[in-house]
Amino acid sequence: MIILNKKIKTLSENLSNIDPVKGRSLWHDARIRFFKNKAALTSLFLLICVLLFTFIGPIFAQWSNEEIDWSVLGDISTLGYPSIESGHYFGTDELGRDLYSRVIQGTKISLMVGIVGALIAVTVGTIYGSIAGYFGGRIDSVMMRIVDILMSIPYMFVLILLLVIFGRSILMLFVGIGLVSWLDMARIVRGQTLSIKKKEYVEAAITIGVNHFVIIRRHIIPNLLGVVAVYATLLVPGMILTESFISFLGLGVQEPNTSWGALISEGAGTMRYGTLWQLLFPLFFFVISLFSLFFIGDGLRDALDPKDR
Amino acid sequence: MLRFILKRLGIAIPTILILIIISFLLMHSAPGGPFTSERPLPEQVLKNINEKYGLDQPMYIQMYRYVMGIITNFDFGPSFRYKDRSVNDIIAQGFPVTLKYGSWSFIIAVFLGLSLGIVAAIKQNSLLDYLSVGFSISAQVLPNFVMAPILVLIFTLYLGWLPGGGWEGGKIQFVIMPVIALSTSYLASIARLTRSSMLEVLNSNFIRTARSKGIPKYKIIFSHALKPTLLPVISYLGPAFVGMITGSVVIDMFFSTGGIGLHFVNGALNRDYSTIMGITILVGCLTITFNLFVDILYAWIDPKIRYD
Amino acid sequence: MKKLFSIFFAVLLSFLFATNLYAAKQHPVTGETLAADQTFTYWALDEHSSIDPQIVEDVSGSDIVRDLFEGLLNQDADGNLVPGVAESWSANDSKDVYTFNLRKNAKWSNGDTVTAHDFVYAWQRAVDPATASPYSWFMDIMSIKNGGEAISGDVPPSELGVKALDDYTFQVELTASLPYFAAMTTHATTFPTHKATIEKYGSDWTKPGNMVSNGAYVLTEHVINERLVRERNPMYWNNSDTILEKVVTLVIPDENQGLTRYLAGELDKGPVPSGQFKKLKAEYPDEATSFPRLCNYYYTFNLSDSGIEAFQDVRVRKAMAYAIDRNVITEDILQAGQIPAYTFTPGATAGFDVPKVAFAKMTQAERDAKAVELMTEAGYGEDNPLSFTMIYNTSEAHKKIATVMAQMWKQKLGIEATMENVEWKSFLDIRGKQDFEIARGAWCGDYNEASTFLDLLTTPSGYNDGKYSNAAVDKLMEEAKTLNDASTNYTTVERILASEMPIIPIYHYAGVFMLNTQLKGWPYDNVEQNWYSRNLYKVAE
Repeated sequence: MIILNKKIKTLSENLSNIDPVKGRSLWHDARIRFFKNKAALTSLFLLICVLLFTFIGPIFAQWSNEEIDWSVLGDISTLGYPSIESGHYFGTDELGRDLYSRVIQGTKISLMVGIVGALIAVTVGTIYGSIAGYFGGRIDSVMMRIVDILMSIPYMFVLILLLVIFGRSILMLFVGIGLVSWLDMARIVRGQTLSIKKKEYVEAAITIGVNHFVIIRRHIIPNLLGVVAVYATLLVPGMILTESFISFLGLGVQEPNTSWGALISEGAGTMRYGTLWQLLFPLFFFVISLFSLFFIGDGLRDALDPKDR
Repeated sequence: MLRFILKRLGIAIPTILILIIISFLLMHSAPGGPFTSERPLPEQVLKNINEKYGLDQPMYIQMYRYVMGIITNFDFGPSFRYKDRSVNDIIAQGFPVTLKYGSWSFIIAVFLGLSLGIVAAIKQNSLLDYLSVGFSISAQVLPNFVMAPILVLIFTLYLGWLPGGGWEGGKIQFVIMPVIALSTSYLASIARLTRSSMLEVLNSNFIRTARSKGIPKYKIIFSHALKPTLLPVISYLGPAFVGMITGSVVIDMFFSTGGIGLHFVNGALNRDYSTIMGITILVGCLTITFNLFVDILYAWIDPKIRYD
Repeated sequence: MKKLFSIFFAVLLSFLFATNLYAAKQHPVTGETLAADQTFTYWALDEHSSIDPQIVEDVSGSDIVRDLFEGLLNQDADGNLVPGVAESWSANDSKDVYTFNLRKNAKWSNGDTVTAHDFVYAWQRAVDPATASPYSWFMDIMSIKNGGEAISGDVPPSELGVKALDDYTFQVELTASLPYFAAMTTHATTFPTHKATIEKYGSDWTKPGNMVSNGAYVLTEHVINERLVRERNPMYWNNSDTILEKVVTLVIPDENQGLTRYLAGELDKGPVPSGQFKKLKAEYPDEATSFPRLCNYYYTFNLSDSGIEAFQDVRVRKAMAYAIDRNVITEDILQAGQIPAYTFTPGATAGFDVPKVAFAKMTQAERDAKAVELMTEAGYGEDNPLSFTMIYNTSEAHKKIATVMAQMWKQKLGIEATMENVEWKSFLDIRGKQDFEIARGAWCGDYNEASTFLDLLTTPSGYNDGKYSNAAVDKLMEEAKTLNDASTNYTTVERILASEMPIIPIYHYAGVFMLNTQLKGWPYDNVEQNWYSRNLYKVAE
């Protein structure tokens, strides 16, 4: 009896000293899985480096992105070569403008187009899809039919038409690219909403009498975020590629601003003339960023997808 | 299933109509018209031309006449830019070109992509796997307007093996480079999708059961794992198809094939209303048909999906 | 024995005959050895809009039409008039009735004879409102009697002042005295067309197989955006002089791609991408060619009420014109033998002496100094920067030049110029409506005389997008129409332009391309660049 008492005493002492058990949320689990994914981690790091480069890079720039260096104009392939002394770290473009600054600016604009475009697509698509999925029935039918119809329209054609009609500005580019990409997102969100809708806590909320839109806002959308985040990350490279195609057609951002697409298509045109750096530098940043975005997207999907055990 | 198909076809018609209306309105809102030129036409001549092409009528009449022309005669009207040709001529000449290299690109992208993806998944973490993942991602991000001139430099200028462009009715030496330039990025996407999908499937319970039953590896892959693997790939086919049509603009520009992609872009820039409408309708119909086909394929493979 | 001998002789003869056939042919005039393959393949940037002579409106289309059809007169390699279908022509004393005597052996490709009635039909068709020809305005400036009235529909086309006096005599009545009228008949719009074919096939008549033409070549293949092939027309009256068998136009929308395919041997005539001329000339000195052409390149101020106030001040306009270093543009950017321009009319124009206007004589340093002076006087500078938008149509070359100009203005005069690149149709629309501040412009002469340029800047001109108006200029140009030698008028007009600077002349065009050394006969000295395939030939390597 005495031994048991001692044991019980030690036990109770130990028990009271133990820290309360910390709950592990699903986000926490996901975060751990994400960081275990080496490829995704490296990509995140690379992407952050690129972003930092756009902020810190300009400090080292000796030329602005529109200033023409008259002394290299006559013979770009020899005089426009990348060098530290001339201040043209990445060389110059066909007009003698510093490629270093232009690449920084192009990176900023392309990333912005990608991210903002993806945000627009995500916002519009999520709201639309969650409403359609939640209310179901006739509303869902009609809304999804509209999406089907819009999906049949060759979006690139519409985009070209829009740019021709409304003139070219960065705003138009965002709006245009965002407008054509929300359809996929809407479909995915609707599918997810349909399954979330059947969960018990949603049923409970409906029974209590919570307003429909509040339910959508507080229960449905937060649970969608996982899937949405994944697809958004995968959307960004798509947007950037679309933007590069538009720039190739000559309908992209206005001079003297530039983007990856514009720089790459200019560089591709002068490939043969001994000025390969004009292609390689922007292409390098373009490829690295897209690579990283793909891996991050994959990593997020692996991390958040409960099926992949 | 039949009901589903009929229902989808039923929706297709209002879809096409909406497509026509939207394109028509967009087109006519653009500044400048087909006959805006550097040497502005004398008023009377402009009036004559507008009358000849029916552009002086109010919009709804123009649209009505246009739609009627299509329904009764399949006549898409004259081209405003290429004054010797009708839109039917242009489509009749350009569509088979795009169709030919487009279909080949599609077939190659799907078959090679699937094979690459399956092999990479089976031999996961081997050298082959890393190479194929590396290739996929690089090919996916290399824009085709960079790849096309590089291909021409290599195969036409340096090696002299293939002609740099042209079509000449579609002889094989003119088809090779366009197909490579167009299919590569989709091949890569399909390979990646297949690989990750197959990996997921191979780790699932029913495959584990099959393996534990002693079924040989290759039978597992082709009889059991393949169908579920294909599902995400099939969903991707729709966007891939649309992407290829868009990508065909670059192919037409670099390889002078005379396909409809370039006709569309030129049409937009030249305000060739009828050509744009014609091509938009054509591509819209193709997209709808293709999406329908993809949905049917999806339902056939996945017995859980029931369309009602 | 005899039989053997005759067989031997026959064999010998046939052998000689055959070897003669296979022996390399020689050019009848120069004696050069001709190549076995007489095919000429050349580059085109864009598909032409039409090859119907009365409807064709672009240069690439006209090049093709000149091979397929033949008009009253042609141009030789130096741009002088030579007989075409017309063997000879004459005008009355007041130069308002022209008579053309046609040759009797000119034939259509289906064997029909080319007669004066074909020309009457074609010219009436050009002014017929039903044809809706975009080039009917050309018929109007030819001042043919009832031309303008027929175009506006007041009078039926049959009332046009053209007559077939008989099958081989064609007469034209003009409403004004035009000394240079004959030169205008080298233009594609005046070429004859075959009535029966057009009536039979309607708008399909220009398809290969349907088309009936009277030129040195017939159309054999036409795939839009890919290629156009024309081959020898054995019915052409001068077919024995034609050497090239086949001419192929390849449409390649990308310049760099065009150059690559030229270097790969797929083209005989290819483009020189902007800025690459110097390098290509160094690498391929015999193939890269550049020569003056009849076109200018300028920027026009919007001088109407919708323009900005600053541009109403002549000092601002002059300062902006002076601050541009044209040599940088022509030598460093374009690098292809273009000529810096200080006048609106190119020096290559016949009968035009480039006047040495004041600012052409200064050095660039002097011009810069003067520019700063003028701007400060006008009240603008670093502390009060002038800012405006400059528009140009989408193109690599235009973009480069605009960028350079904007930088020059910024660095020298502190100007904030915003560049706006607008695609072609929208650009024309905006400029035509005076919805701009300063816009790019260019003009190629329709005929080799200064009025084709200077008329643009007169008040009534439909192409005067800047709405510049000066009564003295209008009077001088009106006078010039009837003068035999109007060069003093033209010089005075240019001087007025230099002192008022309604436009900033930048450069005058040079024709630039890569040409296979085997191809001979190219008319470099023809400033209008009217070339005819039947005058070209290929020599053996």
